Amino acid sequence: MAYNLKESTKKPDRLTGGHRMCAGCGAPVVVRTILRAVKEEDHAVVGAATGCLEVSTCLYPFTAWKDSFIHSAFENAGATVSGAEAAYTAMKKTGKVEGDTKFIAFGGDGGTYDIGLQSLSGAMERGHDMVYVCYDNEAYMNTGIQRSSSTPKYADTTTSPAGTVIPGKPQFKKDLTEVMVAHHLPYVAQSAPMTNFKDLYDKAEKAIYTKGPAFLNVLAPCPRGWRYDTPMLMDIIKLAVDSCVWPLYEVVEGEYKLTYRPKIKVPVADYLKPQGRFRHLFKSDVGAEMLKDLQKEVDRRWENLLKLCGE
Amino acid sequence: MAIRDKLSGNEAVAVAMRQIDPDVVAAFPITPSTEVPQYFSQFVADGKVHTEFVPVESEHSAMSACIGSESAGGRTMTATSANGLALMWEMLYIAASSRLPIVLSVVNRALSGPINIHNDHSDSMGARDSGWIQLYCEDNQEAYDNVIQAIRIGEHPDVNLPVMVCFDGFITSHSVENIELLEDDKVKNFVGSYHPKEYLLKRETPIAVGPLDLQPHYFEHKRSQAEGMTNSKKVILDVAKEFQKMAGREYGFFEEYRMDDAEVGIIVLNSTAGTAKTVVDDLRDKGVKAGLIKIRVFRPFPFEELGKAVSGLKALAVMDKSDGFAAMGGPVFNDVRSAMFDYAKDVPCINYIYGLGGRDVRADDIAKVYADLGKIAETGKVKSTFNYLGVRE
Repeated sequence: MAYNLKESTKKPDRLTGGHRMCAGCGAPVVVRTILRAVKEEDHAVVGAATGCLEVSTCLYPFTAWKDSFIHSAFENAGATVSGAEAAYTAMKKTGKVEGDTKFIAFGGDGGTYDIGLQSLSGAMERGHDMVYVCYDNEAYMNTGIQRSSSTPKYADTTTSPAGTVIPGKPQFKKDLTEVMVAHHLPYVAQSAPMTNFKDLYDKAEKAIYTKGPAFLNVLAPCPRGWRYDTPMLMDIIKLAVDSCVWPLYEVVEGEYKLTYRPKIKVPVADYLKPQGRFRHLFKSDVGAEMLKDLQKEVDRRWENLLKLCGE
Repeated sequence: MAIRDKLSGNEAVAVAMRQIDPDVVAAFPITPSTEVPQYFSQFVADGKVHTEFVPVESEHSAMSACIGSESAGGRTMTATSANGLALMWEMLYIAASSRLPIVLSVVNRALSGPINIHNDHSDSMGARDSGWIQLYCEDNQEAYDNVIQAIRIGEHPDVNLPVMVCFDGFITSHSVENIELLEDDKVKNFVGSYHPKEYLLKRETPIAVGPLDLQPHYFEHKRSQAEGMTNSKKVILDVAKEFQKMAGREYGFFEEYRMDDAEVGIIVLNSTAGTAKTVVDDLRDKGVKAGLIKIRVFRPFPFEELGKAVSGLKALAVMDKSDGFAAMGGPVFNDVRSAMFDYAKDVPCINYIYGLGGRDVRADDIAKVYADLGKIAETGKVKSTFNYLGVRE
């Protein structure tokens, strides 16, 4: 059946309202869209790395998760969920569990790009039948907006502050999706909850129902860290994608496919402008040079991706 | 009929694990515990167990995967040593507070640095307050027996705590000794199948594990965790009784060796007990009333029982195979001394740190300790409370 947003939202939510995530946060939108792709008759074991999502959705004695949920620590969502999946496989053999259970781990960029990278790599390499989702908000938001290896160059964070000598984070963003592609997994995709959410929903469905390990890297803007007006969430995501800062693509058994090509490639500056974390780039001639630097790197990565996708 | 065999400590533990046939074993190799997952993965490869073996990329992930597996409802086991245990540290506390009865064989090795692969107890002693039950083993037989009992102890509904079974690296792990194995079906019946009340894979009643737990509830949860540890004392003895019925071997909180009329005694853990027992026998032949206590259960600490057990002595030495670096002796000494304040206040007590980094512990060394105790018993005076044995000063 073709995807229909209206129909898909009629399914009961697997992450209920009443959790404590901020208004205008991308993460719960990402989670709800992904969980909608789980068949209603299937059970899910959801794991989360320590982070905003975890502390805001499971505060004793409450949980916003309709499925079984596990959090153990920050750097180990991959390993923790891989253990649960191993128990499932063993208990299936002995007839202790019946029906289909899906295993989905969520981590922010801190828990995924940085402290949890080893655990993620191990879990994926071992081939567990699970999906790891990174909701990428480009900094350690839960501890108060510190830079991560996912933070874009020149972004102002509390540990890469824009100062008079150093203009924000000195390094470009790590390309984690490519790191995961290099694991030669059955399914890797980069997505964002955009327009009618079809791109994310389809990729989630493929990831969840592809046998073996799958990785989704999903852009999830943070209004506090990025400093945009909360109602702008969806506009910011669209600009990230249309500027080719965050291209949407998937790699199925090693085959690259661009899943969205902007009709008009928007300048990177248009995406950065509404975000307070880049405000200093728009105040001086030096800033203009930095914008050029960013545009050049985005173009380089985009062209490279187009080649990989055979476009 | 028991099966007579000759096995190293590591192989004995791997055989126990095969007989237990857990759902998941997640492990990472580290000397001297490496053989445990090696032997076990062969059992997996040969279809002798139904276990999912998860060859993780680190010990941190080993314990994390164990937590995921045990939370999911699977019986879960692993093994490690020294730095591997140290890398698990964060997760040890989370396993205990999540009340997950994982069984971990700790093959005791000196904790870096400097790096050293040989035996002392600095690894498991550092984890003594992590909320895990700790059982210590003199030889391969005890390692085998304790691993089997550990399953029943940890999984008991009054306990629900993880259990470490600790035995000495190389001395026990690699030495091949005679052993009496139990028949597979006997072990299978003894451990039974695992039926936790709530688990992730129980789809009718999904649960949430590891919530954020702030001021209103955290303390109550820690209090309940402490109660599990207190409750484990009775369970440990009950399981030992049942085990004795099946296997004929007796276990308690500690073993008392020739303590009935002893005047001088030492407290030791693990393989040193074997060496010390021969010294006790020699001294007894010479008319010295020497005795020995070998602690099996260090967590929960048998406070009253141990305090009373040493109350009849004229002098006691507590042997620590790890330093507390506290300028007040080793960890075993401090706990024993605390118990003695209530139950054996007048018994002079001294501490020896010994055998660090695998420094050989000979019968002569232990004999020297008893000689020192003889003098203390005679004079009632302790010259030095904190001592090092067998080190160049």
